[in-house]
Amino acid sequence: MTLEIVKPGLATTVQDLGRPGYFHLGIPEGGAMDRLALTAANMLVGNEDGAACLEAVFMGPEVKFGADMTVAVTGAELPVMLDGAPRDTWTSFRVKAGQVLSFGFLKEGARIYIAVSGGIDTPPALGSRSTYAIGALGGFEGRPVAAGDVIPVGKAMEGSDGRSVPQALRRRPGKPAVLRVLPGLYWHRLTEKSQNAFFDDDWTVAPEADRMGYRFRGGQQMEFVAREQPFGAGSDPSNIVDGCYSYGSIQVPGGLEPIVLHRDAVSGGGYFTLGAVISADMDLIGQLQPNAPVKFERVDMDQALSARKVRKETIEQIRQALL
Amino acid sequence: MSNIQSPLPGTFYHQASPEEPPFKSAGDAVAVGDVIGLIEVMKTFIQVTAEEPGTFEKYAVQNAAPVTAGDVVAELK
Repeated sequence: MTLEIVKPGLATTVQDLGRPGYFHLGIPEGGAMDRLALTAANMLVGNEDGAACLEAVFMGPEVKFGADMTVAVTGAELPVMLDGAPRDTWTSFRVKAGQVLSFGFLKEGARIYIAVSGGIDTPPALGSRSTYAIGALGGFEGRPVAAGDVIPVGKAMEGSDGRSVPQALRRRPGKPAVLRVLPGLYWHRLTEKSQNAFFDDDWTVAPEADRMGYRFRGGQQMEFVAREQPFGAGSDPSNIVDGCYSYGSIQVPGGLEPIVLHRDAVSGGGYFTLGAVISADMDLIGQLQPNAPVKFERVDMDQALSARKVRKETIEQIRQALL
Repeated sequence: MSNIQSPLPGTFYHQASPEEPPFKSAGDAVAVGDVIGLIEVMKTFIQVTAEEPGTFEKYAVQNAAPVTAGDVVAELK
């Protein structure tokens, strides 16, 4: 079974839940920017949680189905059409061979996940089908899909029509989006005034935000505690002697615009990181458009761990709702 | 009269680069597929093209203005 890309959209890629275990070698985890939405899409069509889907950002692709299958689109509110007739998001529907899936203008959020029963069946690379485009790894030939690509789809049982994720379980960022942050290793490098300002200031998503990192602007220039820069750290006070970066870590080059490292980020470098967005809130970043308003909220480790638990529970609630 | 909408959110530009003239000026003929402007997002520039023919009337947003998906960026007669 296959599906054919008629129009590719902006940067539509094959993604699953990623390839953990290679970050220390500089290969990022990759995978869906909104993992909850990808998981829900798979549940809707009867796939395993981590089956590969198409991730599209800001604008949808046009896709022609090569066989009958069950389809679901989750994540952003991007109007879904099958042969021009509207279909609901977060809801499974049957398609026939030859039918065409297309999309309207984005209403809310940033990324959609298109799941098909059987999952996208491109060859796994290092245990994952996720596309890491700068590394030309995984997905469809290691790159975003292009017009004319014929994408393999796995075999599946006939999925069921009209299953829908309840509204309350469709997690999405608020306005402003509130991203919870755990201060980290280099937090002490900021003056108390800048530490407070980071949480008090109103930020917006900068247009440069992508799968590697989300950049934010609009807050005050950060000030650093004076020190004699250690050997190898350079003269800019936002620099350190190189260190490891975690998924979600927040670097602030020049103390001006924070960048939250996301699924396709580099694994280390010479910028101080003031802390990290907690894992439970990384899905929300994947749904932020340029210019979206954002507030950072300080949490401690206990709060971060309980938020992680709540997110896992939400995924289980979706599973239960679809039984 | 028809409107040209931005297909995605980002920053809308009237010109290919700051030194070049706008893609279209009032009275210019517009053919299907003509480039009307550029949207910058995620470090890439995406062309906004006309899907219907017409005569260019005006840009509906300023150069370098932030836009969201579906915003009208130009008007045709």
